Amino acid sequence: MPFIPHTEDDVRHMLEAIGVESIEQLFDEIPAHLRAGDLPGIPEGMSEMEVGALAHSRARRDGQALCFIGAGAYDHHVPAAVWQLATRGEYYTAYTPYQAEASQGTLQLLYEFQSMITALMDMDVSNTSLYDGASAVAEAILMAVRGNRKSKSKRILVPRSLHPAYRKVAHTIVRNQQIELVEVPFDSTTGTTDLDALTRYADEDFAALVVPQPNFFGMLEPVDAMTDWAHANGMLAIGVVNPLAMSVLTPPGQWGETGADIVVGEGQPLGAPLSSGGPYFGIMCSTQALVRQMPGRIIGRTVDLEGRPGYTLTLQAREQHIRRSKATSNICTNQGLLVTAATIHMALLGAEGLARVAAASHANTRELVGRLTAIDGVESVFDGPCFHEQVIRLPMPVRDALKTIAAHNVLGGFDLSEDYPELGNALLVCATEQRTVEDIEHYAAKLERVVAAQGRAKCPVEPKFDTTP
Amino acid sequence: MLIFEQSRPGRRAFAQAPARKAALDDIPAEFLRDKPPALPEVSEMQVVRHYTRLSQKNFSIDTQFYPLGSCTMKYNPRACNSLAMLPGFLGRHPLAPLTHSQGFMACMFELQELLKEVTGMSEVSLVPAAGAQGEFTGVAMIRAYHDAQGDTGRTEIIVPDAAHGTNPATAVMCGYKVKEIPTDAAGDVDLEALQSAVGPQTAGIMLTNPSTVGVFERNIEQIARIVHEAGGLLYYDGANLNAILGKCRPGDMGFDVIHMNLHKTFSTPHGGGGPGAGPVGVSERLKPFLPVPMVAKDGYGDYYWLTEKERPQSIGKLMTFAGNAGVLLRAWIYARMLGREGMIRVADHATLNANYMARQLEKAGFDLAYPQRRATHEFIVTLRRQAKELKVTAMDFAKRLLDYGYHAPTTYFPLLVPECFLIEPTETEAREELDGFIEAMKAIQHEAETEPDTVRSAPHTLPVRRLDDVRAARELDLKWKAGE
Repeated sequence: MPFIPHTEDDVRHMLEAIGVESIEQLFDEIPAHLRAGDLPGIPEGMSEMEVGALAHSRARRDGQALCFIGAGAYDHHVPAAVWQLATRGEYYTAYTPYQAEASQGTLQLLYEFQSMITALMDMDVSNTSLYDGASAVAEAILMAVRGNRKSKSKRILVPRSLHPAYRKVAHTIVRNQQIELVEVPFDSTTGTTDLDALTRYADEDFAALVVPQPNFFGMLEPVDAMTDWAHANGMLAIGVVNPLAMSVLTPPGQWGETGADIVVGEGQPLGAPLSSGGPYFGIMCSTQALVRQMPGRIIGRTVDLEGRPGYTLTLQAREQHIRRSKATSNICTNQGLLVTAATIHMALLGAEGLARVAAASHANTRELVGRLTAIDGVESVFDGPCFHEQVIRLPMPVRDALKTIAAHNVLGGFDLSEDYPELGNALLVCATEQRTVEDIEHYAAKLERVVAAQGRAKCPVEPKFDTTP
Repeated sequence: MLIFEQSRPGRRAFAQAPARKAALDDIPAEFLRDKPPALPEVSEMQVVRHYTRLSQKNFSIDTQFYPLGSCTMKYNPRACNSLAMLPGFLGRHPLAPLTHSQGFMACMFELQELLKEVTGMSEVSLVPAAGAQGEFTGVAMIRAYHDAQGDTGRTEIIVPDAAHGTNPATAVMCGYKVKEIPTDAAGDVDLEALQSAVGPQTAGIMLTNPSTVGVFERNIEQIARIVHEAGGLLYYDGANLNAILGKCRPGDMGFDVIHMNLHKTFSTPHGGGGPGAGPVGVSERLKPFLPVPMVAKDGYGDYYWLTEKERPQSIGKLMTFAGNAGVLLRAWIYARMLGREGMIRVADHATLNANYMARQLEKAGFDLAYPQRRATHEFIVTLRRQAKELKVTAMDFAKRLLDYGYHAPTTYFPLLVPECFLIEPTETEAREELDGFIEAMKAIQHEAETEPDTVRSAPHTLPVRRLDDVRAARELDLKWKAGE
């Protein structure tokens, strides 16, 4: 029997010890008419070999395309040691470290994670992760409403330049608590938050302003001005950052006069493979003053009976298993294994390694955008500094161009026309450090042909499906 | 020693980053960091050795029996990991077009269908990242349903006092008030209390079945009738699904919405505290509100995404992308290996192991909290007598078990049973392992009677002794600081 060790003799012995005739008898408290039938919709079991063959064929079927899509998930190199260590059974098959003495490995690692992330962000404190970047934004908003003593408001200013999925997820999670998200437009020239538009809200009461860096378009926001403006108007500043970018950009703890109050972000660029969107992990840091408002697990260093240093879950009075309906969040499990991988990833790369990956991704994206905008009719949409993504405009519907290029196994970027119709045929492109000069040239050559051909004939095949999550 | 304490300026794992540093000269200085972050500067081998050694300070399923009640710490098959980490799965971008997604989507579609069938629900969404997010999703759908009916006076969610802490916390996140109802002496929901708790203000009830006290809720049909007649909906917390997998189905019991913990029932790893996956299943009337995206199949056998466009009444998105795909793949692989028969065997043997342990511990003189009831996949031992007579608490027993090489069961939960151990052996443990645990409990009982200080001051053989939690919370030390 797969994964069950009992022999017939074991079962007989155990039934005797219990004092019943059959396993069936152990279910006699379940009303007979509630018993399930034969479950015809579930197939017969398969051997490991058979499932393996099926999984290989499915994985192969999706191809290994040349990827220029970013939009919140980035194709970075992950050192071999990262997942070889993270999938050691002692990390992979342990549970939440409630029994601290039997979990010092995981606990110390999480303490090291908190130390590394706070260094990267230049913030006082960090938790040990939330589900992903989008849900972390939602939790940051809830935390700001709880934590801003100067404001009675349940309204939050959210730039339109923030990732559209983050805005949608935040709405789903906070709306039942009557929290309102108010959209701040972006400047159509720079692609960054319109500071003039922001000042129109100066006389209203808001709990916080969200400050993305870089924003969804890859552009660098005026974070100092935004942070100071938020503070001057009684709001908290919630930074939403790409952690890899923080190896080279000004970290949120240093924004403006006093820094951001809460910082969240998608942890995926720190060692998580693309993996169809998850599991990733959400980063959350804050100032010391807000630590008791923070959701999720936090690890503290303390001493044992003999005075030796040790690590343990702390400030548990914030959490659902103690506070129940008065907890800061219902979160229980976090994304521990991803944090394990990220900690090893950051230890391997160090500040210098991360900065090199960030700089190479930035340079490759510049190279890519330079090459693509050299094509007749293709232009860059925004002016200003960017990190490792940028928006270009095509002289044709983006969907048609992407579809033709995908047939050549190149994924050309993220089509912005649904989320940002005001930008026209806009395409968000990204080239990480893994894309080579040849890759970029290959993509550019394909796009050049598609753009040149579209004047002469329509795309031959209408796409059968056109939606992505 | 911390990794930071092994750091030396200029040391690096040189193979892991680009060989040269590209220029950032087009970014104005005001945006650039002026000082690098204080991350450790160490070699690749130092990293490998450090984190290998740290791992050895953990208990884990791979190294120890881990009978943590309500957590279903069963064996995590290796094939689930190696197949989910095939390059084709790891390399797929979440926004890849459908032409480059059919293999992955086929797996997700099959998983949706399997979960539907085994739970008796009408439709399943795989999006929620964990049990708690699944709970949030379920209660948010209950709210969306009532709102869509124009029934906005329903402000309360009923939760039994034995429930997981996530239940009341979730209800509050969804804007509800929590109404607690008691459990009767036999471990069932107190029906009279329920009857008087329901009314036009009732949005729904959150229930775990088998309940958190380790027994099957025998009155489930009456509960469903009472709540439905009051206009409320029934939410099933799938924490204990392992006990009834393939045996009976929440859909047939009258539940309107359920979440499953794939990291429990479908054997995906707990990873030291996640990632999990908490898919939700619903009855017919809640289908329009399921979170997106979901996978659908067209008449040609091709897969496509259901989004807000196809599901305008959806509660919306919960994650940046489509959920914890890598966890879902592991669950799909596990489910395909088990198949129909294998799923039924899970409940059979999980229940057999729990009842065997319960009886053997009872014979050894321990007190069961519900001796007159069948155990399900887990059961409760109460050490109230030991705490009172010997001044040795459940916490002391738990810590001493670690010295014997067993992870402690869940302690002090559920809150309504004093000095309790919630013990869940799972179906993957052999009889010898269960016997070993029982022997350890007997030995600790003997120690508690003859040398209680040994138990009270345990553990003695682990990397650290008992830790000062009060100091941890009072003198917060949450990160390494140079020079300490």
